[in-house]
Amino acid sequence: MSRVLIIAEHDGEQLNGSTARAVSCAIDLGLDGIDIVVLAAQGDRVAEQAASIANVDKVLLVQNVLNEQAVSALLAPQIEALASEYSHLLAPSTTFGKDLAPRVAAHLGVPQISDIMRVESARVFDRPVYAGNAVITVEAPEGVVVGTVRTASYPVAPNGGSASIEKREVNVDLPSHTRFVSVSTGAGEERPDLQAAPIVVSGGRGVGSEEKFNVIYSLADKLGAAVGASRAAVDAGFIPNDHQVGQTGKIIAPELYMAFGISGAIQHLAGIKDAGTIVAINKDADAPIFEVADFGLVGDLFQIIPELEKALG
Amino acid sequence: MKILVGVKRVVDYNVRIQVKPDGSGVATDGVKMSMNPFDEIAIEEALRLKEAGVAEEVIAVTIGSKSSQEQLRTALAMGADRAIHVETDEDVQPLTGARVLQAICDKELPKIVLLGKQAIDDDNNQTAQMLAALSHWPQATFASKIDIEGEVATVIREVDAGLETLSVDLPAVISADLRLNEPRYVKLPDIMKAKRKPIDVMTIEQLGVEQAAAVKIIKTSAPAKRQAGIKVETVDELVAALKEKGLVK
Repeated sequence: MSRVLIIAEHDGEQLNGSTARAVSCAIDLGLDGIDIVVLAAQGDRVAEQAASIANVDKVLLVQNVLNEQAVSALLAPQIEALASEYSHLLAPSTTFGKDLAPRVAAHLGVPQISDIMRVESARVFDRPVYAGNAVITVEAPEGVVVGTVRTASYPVAPNGGSASIEKREVNVDLPSHTRFVSVSTGAGEERPDLQAAPIVVSGGRGVGSEEKFNVIYSLADKLGAAVGASRAAVDAGFIPNDHQVGQTGKIIAPELYMAFGISGAIQHLAGIKDAGTIVAINKDADAPIFEVADFGLVGDLFQIIPELEKALG
Repeated sequence: MKILVGVKRVVDYNVRIQVKPDGSGVATDGVKMSMNPFDEIAIEEALRLKEAGVAEEVIAVTIGSKSSQEQLRTALAMGADRAIHVETDEDVQPLTGARVLQAICDKELPKIVLLGKQAIDDDNNQTAQMLAALSHWPQATFASKIDIEGEVATVIREVDAGLETLSVDLPAVISADLRLNEPRYVKLPDIMKAKRKPIDVMTIEQLGVEQAAAVKIIKTSAPAKRQAGIKVETVDELVAALKEKGLVK
């Protein structure tokens, strides 16, 4: 019996879209079944959302007050307790999954496959290395396969399923050595989620300051877009870290990516190469971003953005 | 308090990666090698904790070929007190690497293990988490700020949602993200001084570590390339092109 268990990412109320992308990857494994586990304090709503994803057979709901926040040191032992029923464990390759999956794999004594971007067979996968400048095809050894799914490589699996929801008691000792204190999210929460939005408007060092980033927000709002940024813009303090797009930030695949004042360092390009259409606006005609852009426009972003807004009506 | 810091020798950050035509890997002959940038940040943080009086000793560890000692010398020149070289010519994957670090922790009893969040060659982002798991220690990955008070570390982590704060009991494993600090430049006298600092050399077998089953690398290929598109001259031209594709209204 080969089944895959997908570890749901959620905030207690909403299932994160990365989970449904992991389902798309799981379908490619061609196994006997796809289950999702929701570890939460309550999590009923999250479990319902997970159960409605097409092709999911069963949702396991593990309720524990200690699961109020996703703390890997606490989640890992609970997942390990369920692992014996599965041939594969998958998590999205978000900061949630990257933090958690290796901890689970190490306890199970198996390696972990990071950033699965293509499934060749149930044990053979493609994954990026060197910031996406090479791709390796790897084969997992015997034992349970633990992997993270590069979410930009997979579409959100559609709804339309009606999986059963099964409450599970997991009786394992959970450590007290790790305590969640707080999480602070950056500005722009009313804007679409960077990892899910069909349009992303992004600014780089060329924007110049935190105040001047308002032009980026303004265009984004006009287009109903999420706001991204290069590492340089985040390092310079123009915008909080959760907007960073690139190898060490978020890897995204919007339908339209518009880069303003971003030169296009390799690490940034690694985060956008799956975008449908890339538009680059930069003063420097030789900026590397133009080598990957579908449409490039050389010029001053502070002149171009108002013109764009006007042209868009 | 001792801090153990992991150091990995990798292809330098600025090298343009070339996949070998036979699919056996990426070209490394004659290519500049450096310390993994995230490990440099980890070393820097350990040194700052020492300078702040929190730690007494900073030990740099690497697992790799003889030439990895170059990176240990860099760590020593930055200010690490001594170094451990676990010498092997084989490719060491994260689970085996974590087991090796665990064996060293058993001998050295550090309160903090600081690692880079990922190596820029294999981009695995696993070793810190695996070491924490094997040791049953807390983990605080992707750290952008670390405060130590007594036996507790308060760590701000860069997560997708923003900045998360965790409080962990020591000993703990912490992995460094980009904004934790800016590593210092090494000065020439420090390089000279570093030559006299001790490097303890040992093998994986001597540490009694059993190698984990490895992920087999079948082939290495070049990524699908995006083709450069066209340059447009005006905003109107751009908007017309986007409208034609149905991307904007």
